[in-house]
Amino acid sequence: MAYIPHTEKDRQEMLDVIGVQRIEDLYEAIPQDVRFPDLDLPPALSEMEILEELQAYAEANVETRHFNYFLGAGAYNHFIPSVVDHMLLRSEFYTAYTPYQPEISQGTLQVIFEYQSLIANLTGMDVSNASHYDGSTALAEAVILALHQHRFKREKVILSPGIHPQFRHVVRTYLQGLNLEIVGDENLDNGQENLQSMIDDDTTLVAVQYPDFLGRIYDFSSFGEAVHTAGALFCVVVNPLALGYLKPPSEFGADVVVGEGQPLGIPLSFGGPYLGIFATLDRYVRKMAGRLAGETEDSRGQRGYVLTLTPREQHIRRQRATSNICTNQGLIALASTVYMSAMGKHGLRQVAELCYQKAHYAAAEIDSLKGYRLWNSDPFFNEFVISCSHPVAEINDYLLDREIVGGFDLGRAYENLKDHMLLAVTELNSKDQIDALVSALKEFDHA
Amino acid sequence: MDYPEDLRYTTNDEWLRVDGEFAVTGVSDYAQDQLSDVVYVEVTAAIGETLAKGDAFGMVESVKAAADLYMPVSGTLTEVNEALSETPELVNMEPYTSAWIIKYQITDPSQVDDLMDSAAYVTHLKGKNS
Repeated sequence: MAYIPHTEKDRQEMLDVIGVQRIEDLYEAIPQDVRFPDLDLPPALSEMEILEELQAYAEANVETRHFNYFLGAGAYNHFIPSVVDHMLLRSEFYTAYTPYQPEISQGTLQVIFEYQSLIANLTGMDVSNASHYDGSTALAEAVILALHQHRFKREKVILSPGIHPQFRHVVRTYLQGLNLEIVGDENLDNGQENLQSMIDDDTTLVAVQYPDFLGRIYDFSSFGEAVHTAGALFCVVVNPLALGYLKPPSEFGADVVVGEGQPLGIPLSFGGPYLGIFATLDRYVRKMAGRLAGETEDSRGQRGYVLTLTPREQHIRRQRATSNICTNQGLIALASTVYMSAMGKHGLRQVAELCYQKAHYAAAEIDSLKGYRLWNSDPFFNEFVISCSHPVAEINDYLLDREIVGGFDLGRAYENLKDHMLLAVTELNSKDQIDALVSALKEFDHA
Repeated sequence: MDYPEDLRYTTNDEWLRVDGEFAVTGVSDYAQDQLSDVVYVEVTAAIGETLAKGDAFGMVESVKAAADLYMPVSGTLTEVNEALSETPELVNMEPYTSAWIIKYQITDPSQVDDLMDSAAYVTHLKGKNS
């Protein structure tokens, strides 16, 4: 028996409706000679042979455990305690689907609730949703929240050039078609003063990054005030791990805090899946997209958890919902919840402090080398910019031969940062590793 | 269900009470009953803003639904019932009195006559439920 649900008659009817004779007619746009190309594949292999081949491919990758790794630029190589994976792989949690039925989903709902509480604590905000795809889409959702807050009467968005370049790209992609004026990031020199001069009564949201893409830490207190004076919303993009050590953005008057949650116990994994953090103030909660779990009591007075404030969401509000975001990164949010719980407040601070201290040691050592100079004197967290006297790609090739993964080539993101390298240092980089990097850089300059 | 005679009604279940050149609007008894427990009332239009008949001015959210509110006639918003932000349940308890939602100056009084009176609204609801 063939498991083909459509009969010949069904198919003919469908073809008649769309007005073509045969199924092949649907592919008319594809040139005849490329429809069934000769793929010239090697002969089939056995499972054993295939595994061997794939293993060889996998081993050709640069792998963080066997290399000295100093690449960051938005995704960081941190230690992940074993308990994270252990909890993650429990079958009870093994679904990305939204738990609509509290009767059978108390565990998942409680995790979401705990996640929200931890993120709210870390950012200093009133409320957090249960995540977006990644930091960049969370930033785009912050813009959407602001647009709704101003009922689309304000159409200007100001983005600091210090925001991750890919985040800025995603915001533009996400919001295309709305004819927004997205400005501020056209020049790397646009600091707080320049950005502030761009704020007007058409500005809906102003976003900055903390620490910024180049690792720099600024105090945004008076800037935040200026944003509010103009009636705009203030969004701060964060590295959540840095908040273990830095003053929370709530103290700058942030209306929305977003960020990439990857540093919180999520492996690098070639760039995803990651976790979009989104936290805001009570007064914007109904305009916030995404899942929200709340604590409540059942008919017997026992503590329980439910999805809350759902009427603002698309399955009820339909086209009038603030956002069409539906799927979140539930499993990844769980991983970060376990990570934050395992580390605790002091553990997070310790990791952040280690990153900070090691990065400062590395920066000072490299700055003392001939041919390398620390680009700026601003305070920084675990990343810093080095001006090099040679192209970054050449230096990185040299380092790679010595089993060191060097920093991000900033010339790829900023026109005037050619020959500048962004180096990241985490708690996983030992002093020996840093010293090996410094020696290799020195050797390169002499070579 | 109660549909006072001195009010006018819309097909979207808002009511309107004329008071000189002004009017107040809320949602009907039928609307509050359909929505069930109201937990949030939001007026998105700003005071001083002029809206056309049919423009959305806010929404009512209950434990199971969220309904948009539309202007029964064109007008300029003069007042918003602040009490509803603290006690949205008034919409369920007293939909025609303490749960008025907005007050506005009517721009075109002739539009009022196009709205349904109590009897017409009752007939309209019967048609909806049959």
